[in-house]
Amino acid sequence: MAISNATLTGLTRTQLLCMHNMMLLMRRFEEKSAEEYTRGKIGGFMHLYIGQEAVGVGSITALRTSDKILCSYREHGLALAKGMDPRAIMAELFGKATGCSKGKGGSMHMWSNEAGVLGGNAIVAAQLPIAVGVAFSAQYLRQDTVVACFFGDGAVDEGAFHEALNLASLWKLPVVFICENNQYSMGMAVEKAWAVENLLSRAAAYNMPGEIVDGMDAIAVYAATKHAVEHARRGEGPTLLEVKTYRFRGHSMADPAYYRTREEEQCWRSTRDPIGIFEKMLLEEGLATQAEFDENDAKATQVAEDAAQFADNSPDPSLEELYTDVMVDDSSALTYRYERK
Amino acid sequence: MPRWTMIEALNNALALELEHDRRVLIFGEDVGKNGGVFRVTEGLQNRFGEERVFDTPLAESAIIGTAIGIAVYGLRPIAEIQFAGFSLLAFNQIVSQAAHMRSRSGGLYTVPLVIRAVFGGNVRSHEMHSDNIEGLFMHTPGIKIVIPSNPYDAKGLLHAAIADPDPVLLLEHMRLYRSFRQEVPAEYYTVPIGKAVVVHEGSDVTVIAYGAMVAVALEAAKQLESSDEASVEVVELRTIAPMDEQTIADSVNKTGRAVVVHEAARTGGVGAEIVAVINQHCLYALLKPVERVTSPDTPFPIPTVEDLLIPTPGRVVNAIRRTLEA
Repeated sequence: MAISNATLTGLTRTQLLCMHNMMLLMRRFEEKSAEEYTRGKIGGFMHLYIGQEAVGVGSITALRTSDKILCSYREHGLALAKGMDPRAIMAELFGKATGCSKGKGGSMHMWSNEAGVLGGNAIVAAQLPIAVGVAFSAQYLRQDTVVACFFGDGAVDEGAFHEALNLASLWKLPVVFICENNQYSMGMAVEKAWAVENLLSRAAAYNMPGEIVDGMDAIAVYAATKHAVEHARRGEGPTLLEVKTYRFRGHSMADPAYYRTREEEQCWRSTRDPIGIFEKMLLEEGLATQAEFDENDAKATQVAEDAAQFADNSPDPSLEELYTDVMVDDSSALTYRYERK
Repeated sequence: MPRWTMIEALNNALALELEHDRRVLIFGEDVGKNGGVFRVTEGLQNRFGEERVFDTPLAESAIIGTAIGIAVYGLRPIAEIQFAGFSLLAFNQIVSQAAHMRSRSGGLYTVPLVIRAVFGGNVRSHEMHSDNIEGLFMHTPGIKIVIPSNPYDAKGLLHAAIADPDPVLLLEHMRLYRSFRQEVPAEYYTVPIGKAVVVHEGSDVTVIAYGAMVAVALEAAKQLESSDEASVEVVELRTIAPMDEQTIADSVNKTGRAVVVHEAARTGGVGAEIVAVINQHCLYALLKPVERVTSPDTPFPIPTVEDLLIPTPGRVVNAIRRTLEA
């Protein structure tokens, strides 16, 4: 089959295959995480991104490495897309010393200075004002860095959302607010939580552009984010994107999902899978072959396996590690460290 | 040397910081054009521009959240919360974000943030404006809490807070703002965070206090010494967290008696922590149970009775006398 050299929304074939590879990596990585969770290798709460891959890949493809992202607790996929080492992420899920935060952050808090990942956050909407501060700094220092701030539909109901959007718009800060509307804030359907139908009116309320995007279409997400990022980089201020998506798994690993039907889930999985949609489009456009998809899948599976093996073989953090990084001067924390008798 | 009120000393410190470090930014409610409710930031916007000294909307969570984002980016934000009681609107940002970010990121991101907030009683304000909230934040590992009692320390501690790589909450007592003047060097200097100080030496009993209660303790000491009843040592904490246990222990081990004074309510307060420190380090030196003189376990005392309920020199004298009883 002849491979077309055509581009999609300015994306080259190489970029498109890269995006495909990343979506597969997110999917396989999280499937592996779920498996390890079930085996008891990962504890606590873990929120999977499966189903929302097109949002992360589409939006982050529109960013530069030097741009920053801040996220909610559903951020493993976003951290991967932004370029974090899969091993460091998986080891963090395992709580190991080799994790990106030495096992102190866990599933909900991924960080990387090099990749520009300034944390996930377990407190809904807490990352929004912090993203405003990061964007403020970039503007103050005359850098052309853009901040992408990811959050769920539940965050829109928090006061911090409104405070942050108002400030970002008031000060024309380079932020792209990306609401991943996956239809449920934990167990509450979005139509029962929002007094408005969509976020266009919220964007208008804060005098910033807004757009509703199909979050199962990575190209659409890319195009919308690219537009918003360019707007921000030109110094024209923030944008609010409402990206409509669906998480295929529960809110967390422990969620029985009584609030929606298995039929509804099945319908989304079978007709709106973002990877399936992306592959179909690439095939129809003649931009890639099934063999290339299979190769990407195999690579992704291999990376996920390797990450899990690395995490499993990594050492636990030492007890002493608890008492460091509390403050720069850790002497007061160390005063009361637990002594083994 | 100039003689300044605490407000003038703080204003001078902020101006020096803005002058010598472009990373320093000051923002909060009314700190710009209006120069702050108490004029601590007066003239700073005119002198250093709106880009570095600016007003924010009334949004405490966003003020502190933004300051955290600015701090992790490497700048030096000084955020003002107009009254400490309003800081509870930013409780999540202060406790779960600013204080814990370094630990949670394995040391990758540190938050060199200074939060200034005014508080304190005996000024005929009701709760929210007077609230003593230091105990709420003291229970949070990862943040330092500083409460000066005089203009000299206020300036030196503010400079130290800005130089500190970790988040610092600087609580400024409303009644101390203009109540007296003191010689304050116009140049840069620091007063160390985490160090208490013996402000008055004595041998029979130790009174431990901070903020506005230091003057109350000193007045009690003066009364008992002028009547030859007791020689009273007064320890001023200056920093609530981390607490200088050594200075407390050294003094109480010397005197064998202790009275803890604070303006905040009693239960679960800073005083309880001080008593625990004394128990741990001084139990065998203690001659009497440790006394606590505090406000009652109520919302902040209403204006008409606050002078009775906030610790007075008389109540401290009585508590000291109880420790001296045979």
